[in-house]
Amino acid sequence: MIPRYQKVLFVLLLAASLAMAGILWHLRNRAHQRMLAGEDSAPTQAPEVEPAEQATLVAANDADGSLLAQERSLPLPEDPGTRARVLLGKLLDLYASPDSAHPVPGGAAGIAQVFLLPAQSAQDPLPADTELAVVNLTGSFAANHPSGIETETLTVLSICATLRANFPHVAQVRFLVDGQMRPTLAGHADLTRTYLTVNAVPTGASNP
Amino acid sequence: MRWIRWALIGATLVALPILAQNAPPAPSTRFVAVLDPAHGGTDGGGRLSSGQLEKTATLALSVRLRSLLNARGISVVTTRESDATLDSDRRATLANHAKAQLCLSLHVSESGSGVHLFVSSLAPAPEVQFLPWKTAQAAWITRSLALAGALNSAVAHAGLNVTLGRTALPGLDSMTCPAVAVELAPERASDGSVVAEPDDASYQAKAATALAAAVLEFRSEPRQP
Repeated sequence: MIPRYQKVLFVLLLAASLAMAGILWHLRNRAHQRMLAGEDSAPTQAPEVEPAEQATLVAANDADGSLLAQERSLPLPEDPGTRARVLLGKLLDLYASPDSAHPVPGGAAGIAQVFLLPAQSAQDPLPADTELAVVNLTGSFAANHPSGIETETLTVLSICATLRANFPHVAQVRFLVDGQMRPTLAGHADLTRTYLTVNAVPTGASNP
Repeated sequence: MRWIRWALIGATLVALPILAQNAPPAPSTRFVAVLDPAHGGTDGGGRLSSGQLEKTATLALSVRLRSLLNARGISVVTTRESDATLDSDRRATLANHAKAQLCLSLHVSESGSGVHLFVSSLAPAPEVQFLPWKTAQAAWITRSLALAGALNSAVAHAGLNVTLGRTALPGLDSMTCPAVAVELAPERASDGSVVAEPDDASYQAKAATALAAAVLEFRSEPRQP
């Protein structure tokens, strides 16, 4: 004869087991629904790529101290500041390549931001649409840049010339490193002054 | 009394050459060259492939060039003679106080080849009584370009590769004399291989001899206002 309290205990345990099985089933279904919802939000189309455009990179050559213009077909964003950063990044990628004529490590990551602002001049009045480009270099790019008058000057001038070739309204260029003023790039080229793009003229053109 | 008059005339004729010999020489302008070995002290500059710092190689080049110029009768003022820390303003101050006829800022580098000559990228401006410190060199740009021309000819004549350029170099832009930055890069063969490093003694001697010859040539050129 089974005691009454054991029957009651058995029924309670059976009810608890069924309830737990029900909860487990419910949680499993919820997890499954969540997974299906996640799959739905995954991209099913390739991201849009901007159409390629013709752009000019003015690259330096240490052998003869020249600046050579190269025509490239590149996908470029619409926003002028981002566009300038992408262009200068491509220029620094050229310098970081193993067979570069102007070897500088770092590549595109060396350009943190480029800001295009209305230009001002204390001496001569400028046309209303004249712009000042503020190029913010990264500290690691400046720290790893080879030291020397020629190599530093060519880096600065090639950046100015590339901006001038692709943004005709940019007449002045200033440089920052990690958002701060810095006396020189790597001990020589003055970064405290405003560079005029008219003084950075390519000495020739070459095919990539 | 006639004989006394003739005696006075005779004595005067005899004395004139003697007086002329003892007269003080006409004042001549002293030709002073300023040599500025770049970097120094806590500022080591670039590092050469030999491991030597730029500050050491520029000081060695300055010592060589100073000896050659002194031997040719040119007064030389150097901005540093030891491993001392000098900022660019101090260098320009020393050069300007020397009232020099030319200033050479000496650098060495691992990049490029041969001798790089740089003149300030400031636009030429007329000389006025008070010059802005950061752009004082603007009044001497024409003479600086003439000096760079003389250096270019002499260095090329010595068989070294020369590159000419304009740059914005702190210190150089504040000098009130014809000023050129001279950067000695490795001597390279036609295939780009290094023949001599910038700290090589014989290479430095060759370059210094060419620079000294250029300074002599520049001294002989007629000066422009």
